[in-house]
Amino acid sequence: MQMSSIVKTTADILFPFILIYGFYIIIHGHLTPGGGFQGGAILASGVLLLLLAYRYSESTQIVRQVMMKTLESTGLLLFIIAALSAMVIGAGYFFNWLSPGGFIFGDIVTYGSTVANLNTGGLIPIMNLAVGIEVVGAISVILLALLSGIKEKI
Amino acid sequence: MKRKLSITITILMIGMLGVIVTGLTFGDPGDHPMDRYFIENSQQQSGANNVVTAVLFDYRGFDTLGEAAVLFTAALGATLLFRKRREE
Amino acid sequence: MIEQIPYLAVILIAGIGIATILLKKNLIKMIMGLAIIEGAANLFLIILGYREGGIAPIFTNAPGGEMVLPTVQAMTLTNIVIGFATTALLLAFAIIIYRKYGSVETNNIRRLRE
Repeated sequence: MQMSSIVKTTADILFPFILIYGFYIIIHGHLTPGGGFQGGAILASGVLLLLLAYRYSESTQIVRQVMMKTLESTGLLLFIIAALSAMVIGAGYFFNWLSPGGFIFGDIVTYGSTVANLNTGGLIPIMNLAVGIEVVGAISVILLALLSGIKEKI
Repeated sequence: MKRKLSITITILMIGMLGVIVTGLTFGDPGDHPMDRYFIENSQQQSGANNVVTAVLFDYRGFDTLGEAAVLFTAALGATLLFRKRREE
Repeated sequence: MIEQIPYLAVILIAGIGIATILLKKNLIKMIMGLAIIEGAANLFLIILGYREGGIAPIFTNAPGGEMVLPTVQAMTLTNIVIGFATTALLLAFAIIIYRKYGSVETNNIRRLRE
């Protein structure tokens, strides 16, 4: 059994907008409410929309299990490497060595209510991206495993 | 018999929670030296405007590492439960 | 007593969750009761950190005033993800039980006793 063509067309049109909204919430995690976990959950709901609109045999050709497993492992490895890179400089294990005056995300912030500047934050936007990629991979892997356990009778 | 026992246990637990709640005030948390330090110094030390993200990723990074490991283990367990058995 | 209404809401939701676990006989409904109890725990954590007349703990274009406590909100974020992982593994177990016994009612899953 499958959904009607209205549902399939709506899911096809809405999926890029959900992706853009999810990445906006992830990358502005240090300026507005949001961050890694919330943006990852929004991206996973976009993937779930694609899984619900098509049949099981068709949707697993768009959202493959190998790609989601690779995304999840890459996210966790990137998080651990970003945390270990502070030990090369010579400080402790989670030290924010990019914050006051680094080379990629280091502008100086004064105290008080300021205007939002994307170039600040140090190591925090990199860790937000890593956690966001890991959350969308883990939720998609769990959903695909649960769907394959319930065989649907065509 | 079982319904009466369940309703008795429910009312007992709600009563225990109610006794704890009457000692708390709402809207007046008192004196917190740790949160005062976080609000005053987190914008210069970590450079982020969002205090919750700075606490979650900079001052308390180990909790986030443990939570990422829990999510990874849950995905691993759900994949291992649904393998196909090869009849040989 | 009238200014402690948020705590009464927490107690009510926790009581509904406990009654659902004890009185229902379907496995899926018991798992939903556990999710309701986790929602009550998260609500209790956030209520503990409220300050009267406070603003959100964000410095971007912030109006003046005292901020609410930010540490408790970070703990609640971690707790939501852990609750999701627990519920996902419990539902996977429910699917395996349905495959072996043919139903999810706890009256029919009794073959371990013989």
